[in-house]
Amino acid sequence: MQLIKDKKVSQNDWQHIDNSQDIPDGNITVTIDHWKSNQNAFKGRQGKIGLRLSSEDKTEDFEALLNHFQLIALDFPAFTDGRLFSTARILRDQLKYQGELRATGHFIRDQIFFLSRVGINSFELAESEDTDSALAALTEFTAKYQ
Amino acid sequence: MYQYNETDQTLVEERVAQFRDQTQRYLDGKISEDQFRPLRLMNGLYIQIHAPMLRIAVPYGLLSSRQLRMLAHITRTYDKNYAHFTTRQNIQLNWPKLERVPDILADLATVQMHAIQTSGNCIRNVTSDPLAGISPDEIEDPRPYCEIIRQWSTLHPEFAFLPRKFKIAVSGSQNDRAATQLHDIGLYLVKDNSGAVGFEVLVGGGLGRTPVIGQTIRPFLEKKHLLSYLEAILRVYNLLGRRDNKYKARIKITVRETGLEPFKQLVEEEWGKIKDSLELNLSEIDRIKNHFQPLEYESIGNDDTQFATRTENDADFSNWIKYNTVKHKIPGYAAVYLSMKPPNAPPGDISDIQLDSVADLADQYCYGFIRSTHRQNLLFADVKQADLYSLWKQLDSLNLATPNIGTVTDLICCPGLDFCSLANAGSIGIASEINQVFDHLDYIHDLGEIKINISGCMNGCAHQSVGNIGVLGVDKKGVEWYQITLGGSSEKDAALGQRLGPAVAKNKVVQALSIILKVYTEQRHEDEDFLATVKRTGIKPFKEKVYAAH
Repeated sequence: MQLIKDKKVSQNDWQHIDNSQDIPDGNITVTIDHWKSNQNAFKGRQGKIGLRLSSEDKTEDFEALLNHFQLIALDFPAFTDGRLFSTARILRDQLKYQGELRATGHFIRDQIFFLSRVGINSFELAESEDTDSALAALTEFTAKYQ
Repeated sequence: MYQYNETDQTLVEERVAQFRDQTQRYLDGKISEDQFRPLRLMNGLYIQIHAPMLRIAVPYGLLSSRQLRMLAHITRTYDKNYAHFTTRQNIQLNWPKLERVPDILADLATVQMHAIQTSGNCIRNVTSDPLAGISPDEIEDPRPYCEIIRQWSTLHPEFAFLPRKFKIAVSGSQNDRAATQLHDIGLYLVKDNSGAVGFEVLVGGGLGRTPVIGQTIRPFLEKKHLLSYLEAILRVYNLLGRRDNKYKARIKITVRETGLEPFKQLVEEEWGKIKDSLELNLSEIDRIKNHFQPLEYESIGNDDTQFATRTENDADFSNWIKYNTVKHKIPGYAAVYLSMKPPNAPPGDISDIQLDSVADLADQYCYGFIRSTHRQNLLFADVKQADLYSLWKQLDSLNLATPNIGTVTDLICCPGLDFCSLANAGSIGIASEINQVFDHLDYIHDLGEIKINISGCMNGCAHQSVGNIGVLGVDKKGVEWYQITLGGSSEKDAALGQRLGPAVAKNKVVQALSIILKVYTEQRHEDEDFLATVKRTGIKPFKEKVYAAH
């Protein structure tokens, strides 16, 4: 998996952990449910913790938790599902989240500009994606209205 | 008319470059059909039966003569020498080649035009009243607000992947000529008790398979809050709207399933969080308003004796004046409809030669401006009364002066089975048959104001459910049948038509319409128009006669 972070090709040192998976050391993202049901399991381990949000997650389910996490990943179920674009804006504009906000899952290169405009600053790309093309997508527009 | 500044121009040019790259990557096999579909749709490009269809945006229906000439050039260079105007004031090309579409867009960009968001699950081209700025019944010119909304919604990063398409209309008048209540968001300019002008906001209207009339979500919204309120509605919809079933994904269903009051609460709560950070300041409103200043009208008054003599002596001219012109707020001027519903051509179609000629006439008679209307006609908004006669002569020679605006042959019609891959049945053929049967102008004029809308499938692009008479094509085991509805309206008294009865066979549709109109002439009270008669009598007398004959 390739990563673009803050407009540069970067090394990824995070892994996404399923709810049923054992919790390894290192930097991991977990779902809201996983975190809520199992908070003690995350104590005393080596590495950072990030929150992984899905399109179904509601603001009221995560707004009080943000202080615990060093990264928030928005996990796109399908590139045509635009809910997480709004989630990103709520995180940045209303909840004032300032840490790394990462797009993961099923988004496409042609959404990268809009994703960056709603506050996402890192992008996990499939191996098939061309990082140069993805970087170029970040600057497709110099003009904007909003 | 709004003129692009450097930012506007850069944006459309960058969009052309982006789409060129997307098209090339698709042709090179680097993006899949599934990935390309929403990308091309967001730029108005469909894949139809014969060829792609490209829908070009005409923001709130305003065009310049220069733009019209470019469109003529485009139809000649990339298409089959004609274009089609839609019910949302846009233009469609039915025969472009996919690989040439980026070139078409580049040509459009040279005259400040584009195809951005004319399709796809995003905020579509904003529509308005074709008589905006000139109608005596207007509270305020809606066009500056349309332009403000156009800019705000163009390439809005948050709302490009909504559950479904999203349409906004703005009307400055209570006499609604923009089908405002049938939009996802409808805005009426209104005055509050203190006389301040703001917006009444309606939400959840829409046509298609489940037609719904919009409901008021906020009776009065201060102008400065326009964009924050729109953003609040869109955000709530984006998060809440259904994505499991495309037929239940429009905001009309979200509002229905949530309930208007709970939906309103969610919107108001969201709005409370953002309204102070997204204020529309007055200087920005004024900047945009400057582009829509009243034209430099001459003070000529209404007492033109030559005009009076001509209307008295020339019955054809007089008919045209009666049906195809409307009152202008400035004395001595009139607005002129160019009928694109001649007896012998598909409704809304216009040739390259007509486009060029209309551009010339607009320069000569109407300050170089042209408008497209919701009912698929064109309008010259500002014509001197003294010029009407010579304008009429020239429009007549272009086949654009059929005196039938608002009458039975001024029908709205979708492309239907002839072009559209969604259609179940033909619609242009029915329109043409109606024209053959109703070929007597005196009878058409005697029938008065009647809006007939014909759609070739339940997606309802021709708004059949709000036609005074609606005709809907359905497919029954491979055979084209048509359902007829009566009593619909898209105006201030918006209503959905009532189904007359079982669908009728294709060769019986026009016969049924003839019977309906005959019943009307028998039932009407003196000056009562068709809609009023149907409202008074109900559908029973019509139903009895139509089905008695079958």
